[in-house]
Amino acid sequence: MTNSVVDWEYAPAPESEAVARVKERYLPYIDGKFIEGGGDDLITVNPGRGEDLATVSTVDDADLDTAIAAARRAYEGPWSKLSGAERGKYLFRIARGIAERARELAVLESLDNGKPIKETRDFDVPTAAQHFFYHAGWADKLGYLGYGPNPKSLGVAGQVIPWNFPLLMAAWKIAPALAAGNTVVIKPAETTPLSILVLAEIIADADLPPGVVNIVPGAGDVGASLVNHPGIDKVAFTGSTAVGKQIQQSLAGTGRKLTLELGGKGANIVFADAALDQAVEGIVNGIFFNAGQVCCAGSRLLVQEPVAEELLLRLKDRAETLRVGDPLDKNTDVGAINSSAQLTKITELTQAGVDEGAEVWRSSCPLPDRGFYVTPTILANASATMRIAREEIFGPVLTVITFRTPDEALAKANNSPYGLSAGVWTEKGSRAMAMAARLQAGVIWDNTFNRFDPAAAFGGYQESGFGREGGPAGLAAYLDTDDEAVLG
Amino acid sequence: MSLTVSKTYKLYVGGAFPRSESGRTYQVDDAGGSFMANAVLASRKDARDAVVAARKGFAAWSKATPYNRGQVIYRIAEMLQGRAAEFVELLIVGRGVDHDTARAEVDAAIDRLVHYAGWTDKLTAVFGSANPVSAPYFSYSAPEPTGVVAVVAPVDAPLLGLVSVIAPVITGGNACVVIAAEQDPCVAVTFGEVLATSDVPAGVVNILTGHGAEIGPTLAAHADVNALDLTGAEGELRTELERSAAGTVKRVYRPKGRPDFTATPGTARLRAFLEIKTVWHPTGSPSLAAGSSY
Repeated sequence: MTNSVVDWEYAPAPESEAVARVKERYLPYIDGKFIEGGGDDLITVNPGRGEDLATVSTVDDADLDTAIAAARRAYEGPWSKLSGAERGKYLFRIARGIAERARELAVLESLDNGKPIKETRDFDVPTAAQHFFYHAGWADKLGYLGYGPNPKSLGVAGQVIPWNFPLLMAAWKIAPALAAGNTVVIKPAETTPLSILVLAEIIADADLPPGVVNIVPGAGDVGASLVNHPGIDKVAFTGSTAVGKQIQQSLAGTGRKLTLELGGKGANIVFADAALDQAVEGIVNGIFFNAGQVCCAGSRLLVQEPVAEELLLRLKDRAETLRVGDPLDKNTDVGAINSSAQLTKITELTQAGVDEGAEVWRSSCPLPDRGFYVTPTILANASATMRIAREEIFGPVLTVITFRTPDEALAKANNSPYGLSAGVWTEKGSRAMAMAARLQAGVIWDNTFNRFDPAAAFGGYQESGFGREGGPAGLAAYLDTDDEAVLG
Repeated sequence: MSLTVSKTYKLYVGGAFPRSESGRTYQVDDAGGSFMANAVLASRKDARDAVVAARKGFAAWSKATPYNRGQVIYRIAEMLQGRAAEFVELLIVGRGVDHDTARAEVDAAIDRLVHYAGWTDKLTAVFGSANPVSAPYFSYSAPEPTGVVAVVAPVDAPLLGLVSVIAPVITGGNACVVIAAEQDPCVAVTFGEVLATSDVPAGVVNILTGHGAEIGPTLAAHADVNALDLTGAEGELRTELERSAAGTVKRVYRPKGRPDFTATPGTARLRAFLEIKTVWHPTGSPSLAAGSSY
């Protein structure tokens, strides 16, 4: 038996698209106003159907100057003069605003990004609200963070976020920046600018002073102009390691504070004594959540040899039941890939794995006839030298490698320039903790995977970047924490 | 009347005192401009060898208990105290400072080590946290050493500056490769002798003497170096090293001005070379129904 054929004939359960209130045209949000940008319009696509969704006005260099000047005025004017308690109240208001419009944001995010409604509804949007709520409470307690009695804000933060968690990343970048007393100019990804522009409406409705948050849609060139702009005091980037390296290089010598959240190639390690069905759920979550478009995805499955065969059988059985399809359908487990470019990249890397000798398995789940979709894929019998074991695929494609001893598992898991996440599955607590201690990664999930919380620091080792997001360590990214005495 | 046995200064790498593989030296003058000694002019190969030694040192040092690391760092202070007169003499000859100034610098360096000896087992309490997550998990974040740190030592305080940049790095459990101040290699290598007799595992601290501009770029670009301390790098070299560090996304610590090593140290140097690792563990029966689960 390999794939049990089960006839899962669910009736479609689509969420109403009208809830999203998609507008024909979206505008940059600068100095408290939605303005027509000077850049070329971009069309954002609904990846679930491969159709145009809305038009977005983008910014040019002059708009960027305006936004950064507005952020500076807001910083020097009202924002840095407010007490922490008052700043916190604005953040609480925004958290409430997100919760009020949660369903609208969830549907909009599904339409613009392609992720299933059950994920946007149950994870992205509530966690975004929670980030504002969590950080709101820090605004008047910065002296208790452990960075001295009175840590100072930095000024204007330039932030660039990716397309895989558009609203959530906006929230987890904007909220700590504001709680720490900074103002923000943030650039959403070219393919997913809509939810942050609805967040801008929520921010405007919360009466946040003009210029405290500015949103500047555009492509990579706008991001480059933003992070290199002399009016910025701090740069926060989430995205690819390649771009992160460019940013770090271009900021050398400027003295500007920088944090990077980059790529990953997470190892998910299953020992023979693991509860296999739970492990299977965790593996599925690790690689098929958001169709694997997650920097901390458990994309390398390391299985101890005695259970490798059994685990793979159960995993394929489970993956076979995943429903790939319309992101707005509440039954959908795996939604669309964000763009055709990403689809091409996933396809190419998967093919490289097949060409290099990995054993390929694909779910038989039918794919919609339009839109950007990838069948859940498992590449077994992989070796550490294959591209699929080294490079981030960023799709629903799992690479499977076996091991015999804990030391071998550690050596294989740590054999990567990345170091963002890892999972360990074992019923032996001491082994789980010992592995957690020796894995070179910023987040370790024991007998679980892909857990996030604003109260828990998230971030990577090595080429997965530096700096943390969430918890006290995350706030350090937005504060002047260099407490060394200097002469003159 | 007998001839003084003058000292031949070498590198301090992997717990030993090798010459440069390149066989090169450079002349060090005393404060009066007269010949003082020949010091090793380390090469790029020496820098790479030092990184290999540091990686080995890191394996032992990062596994040592914080209590043990604290004891070892305190032991460095003891050994420095024991050789205080020699360092006072070196500072007087090399820097032309008076006895009291030299003595004050040595005493401050000893105090600095004692200060950091008490940090090893407190970092986690101060910079870690139990995370109150909204799900049935025990989640904690705790600091860990980042690995091998390349350090450009400052020029202005040959002993106190050197100790002030090395101590916070090793306190966190890291190993380091230090480029000593070019003008003061004798103090640095003599401090290596202190380290060598202080139970510090071989390779935890490696001291290179020579031109920062020659060996710095090798260390800044080295894929097995995790972090860079630019304290002693100035001007164009500082920017160049920082740029090279981007190739491997190194953590870079660059103090804002000229550090005042006579002041009580803050924690920025310590924190600069610590990662924060977050671990999640289920409490009770794991719920597979909530949030992002399938």
